[in-house]
Amino acid sequence: MERVVVSMQDPDQGVKTRSQRLFITVIPHTAAGGDVVAWLIRKYCISEEEALHLGTLLVQHGYLYSLREPRSLVLRPDDTPYRFQVRCRGSAIYLTKKNIRKQGALVGHEKEHYDQLHRKINHTWDLVVMQAREQLRAAKQRRKGDRLVIACQEQTYWLVNRPPPGVPSVLEQGPERSSCTAGGVQMTKNTEFYKQEMERCRKALTRARVKSSVCLEAYLKFSSQRGPHDPMMSGCLPSNPWVTDDDSYWTFNAPSVAVPTKLRVERWAFSFQELLEDPVGRGHFMDFLGTEFSAENLSFWEACEGLRHGEQAQVRAAVDAIYQQFLAPGAARWVNIDSRTMERTLEGLRQPHRYVLDEAQLHIYMLMKKDSYPRFLKSAAYRDLLAEAVVPPEAKRRVFPFMRKPPHANPSPALLPASHSGEPVTAASGPECGDGGT
Amino acid sequence: MATDGLHENQTLASLKSEAESLKGKLEEERAKLHDVELHQVAERVEALGQFVMKTRRTLKGHGNKVLCMDWCKDKRRIVSSSQDGKVIVWDSFTTNKEHAVTMPCTWVMACAYAPSGCAIACGGLDNKCSVYPLTFDKNENMAAKKKSVAMHTNYLSACSFTNSDMQILTASGDGTCALWDVESGQLLQSFHGHGADVLCLDLAPSETGNTFVSGGCDKKAMVWDMRSGQCVQAFETHESDINSVRYYPSGDAFASGSDDATCRLYDLRADREVAVYSKDSIIFGASSVDFSLSGRLLFAGYNDYTINVWDVLKGSRVSILFGHENRVSTLRVSPDGTAFCSGSWDHTLRVWA
Repeated sequence: MERVVVSMQDPDQGVKTRSQRLFITVIPHTAAGGDVVAWLIRKYCISEEEALHLGTLLVQHGYLYSLREPRSLVLRPDDTPYRFQVRCRGSAIYLTKKNIRKQGALVGHEKEHYDQLHRKINHTWDLVVMQAREQLRAAKQRRKGDRLVIACQEQTYWLVNRPPPGVPSVLEQGPERSSCTAGGVQMTKNTEFYKQEMERCRKALTRARVKSSVCLEAYLKFSSQRGPHDPMMSGCLPSNPWVTDDDSYWTFNAPSVAVPTKLRVERWAFSFQELLEDPVGRGHFMDFLGTEFSAENLSFWEACEGLRHGEQAQVRAAVDAIYQQFLAPGAARWVNIDSRTMERTLEGLRQPHRYVLDEAQLHIYMLMKKDSYPRFLKSAAYRDLLAEAVVPPEAKRRVFPFMRKPPHANPSPALLPASHSGEPVTAASGPECGDGGT
Repeated sequence: MATDGLHENQTLASLKSEAESLKGKLEEERAKLHDVELHQVAERVEALGQFVMKTRRTLKGHGNKVLCMDWCKDKRRIVSSSQDGKVIVWDSFTTNKEHAVTMPCTWVMACAYAPSGCAIACGGLDNKCSVYPLTFDKNENMAAKKKSVAMHTNYLSACSFTNSDMQILTASGDGTCALWDVESGQLLQSFHGHGADVLCLDLAPSETGNTFVSGGCDKKAMVWDMRSGQCVQAFETHESDINSVRYYPSGDAFASGSDDATCRLYDLRADREVAVYSKDSIIFGASSVDFSLSGRLLFAGYNDYTINVWDVLKGSRVSILFGHENRVSTLRVSPDGTAFCSGSWDHTLRVWA
């Protein structure tokens, strides 16, 4: 903010200032609110609304104060005169004057503030004391104009720094953070810390990187592919529930709806992950695998997900169950893993932990992704799904607002039967909401 | 290591300068493959049209600053937490409050909705992350079934369930992140490497689901392997605290919002910063960021009470949204991308669409 205010006060490029007539006194170096707004608009290429907002923030933080209504911390875009607050020095002078007047009898927080300021602007302290003395001495002869300015200045200062009860303070901060710049370091930057940093750098140096052009092209491709599926970019059919208060969009797109929408079925072709994350898509894929007698692959993958994201206490039992069902010789739903992976997996099973089946799981995942998934997308089953998919009709615009019904309530996922809460939930399955959304 | 003996007598200062020079070398390496800027590549892309988004819902009920919020997977319910210790679950579509719990601490800076929709997690100045099962039973006191899961040595700044209700990832002012088992409260993995408070985290949407990114007061964004606890990538281009990090929907990049008044985009494959979203007229810090579903738009809430909407590809600002009367502290796009919700120090939450 300092940067903005400094450039505003620039004698050549800054806001035009003039001597302003206020009642019968003349105040030098004032800027009209309207001029401040115009300057902000020009300098930062922003709209009037934004310039007004920024200007008001400057007033609220005490960088500018109004000469007409110092208690109103708003920037008025008219000829209301404003002046730039002299930061730090202004309040230092105020407190020094008080100190001198009351012979050092500043109250608690004022004394603290006084000391703080003293430390902060130590090098100009003599100047401050001099100015304070000068101001006090000249007080009686003070020109009405100066007195008015100083009164406004001080009023604004205290309004900003000590807001009356009930008024939010702009200077409020969140809980204290320790950061490098503040110097309040919680973590000792010991040799261990730097050694770790260097080790990370060394590893990073050997990392394989991809050319920027390749990476950035990928964003273009991703965004253009997903654009039609992004409600904020392309709208949604029948309508956006938040705009029309009609939640049919959610009914049409419920997690386990009987007939998915066209856009949804299209998304299954974007990536294997997209297909698996959708319970309806995953269900159809499982059916397809059944026709190819490889459904155990997907079941194995699901069981491994359950292990990875499941309860710590169940890890051993889960590993055992998976081994018995999918990996043991003669298992009921034996999965075909290459011998090297199988060997390493069996080795790891001696010390079961939640990641012990990661390699096997990845192998099966890649098998499905590279093999079964492309076949699924080319299959008649998928083609039929696309053909049968529904395209919701666009909601007719309601002409009369009072014809709108109040938004429907629907059952919270937390109300569902207990069977849902105990089991480890895999990525794709979500709460069964919106099905009965009437 | 063989070189340990050599380094034994080095002072802290020389270690620090060695680390700095290594970082410099890393930046040089990263620059070698940087053959084009994002906005150049994006010149071919059609500019976005007029952008109109309005507040569609205002949620009033918190008696103090709203600090955090999260969406339920059902696309309409949200959980929010505030400075006075209140945590509220709303059906934001109807604006009804469904649950409310008062934490025994103030400044509840983190809250999260469980994937099943049956529980919430929250924490703050109590240095803990607690999980509350959601119950509609009139006779049950929600606070009675509370589970204390995470224990840090400083405030909790962020928390998130992983792919299930069984695990929680936390970030803390004690400079670490940690992965916990909800049922037993056991620490499964801890992540050390930040040099100051960690303020935010986000899980990667990758298919092999094993990484997350965190941002901190040390101006670093770090990407972690959840299995090994190792930092696999780090980025240090911000000039101040990083308040928020969020993955790009494809998982190949993430955005960050910082007190230095900029948002930045980091690509994980190119291993570098690829875009900076800033404007001279934006002088207050960005507190929270999130992408629209297609990743074309980046929404960022700022400490100057506004929300700026950025065109991710072209790097320009699409729109500025006014409405909040104090800092915007939290912002999340809904799971189906139909709206986003912002929470503010003005005690309210707004849903925009």
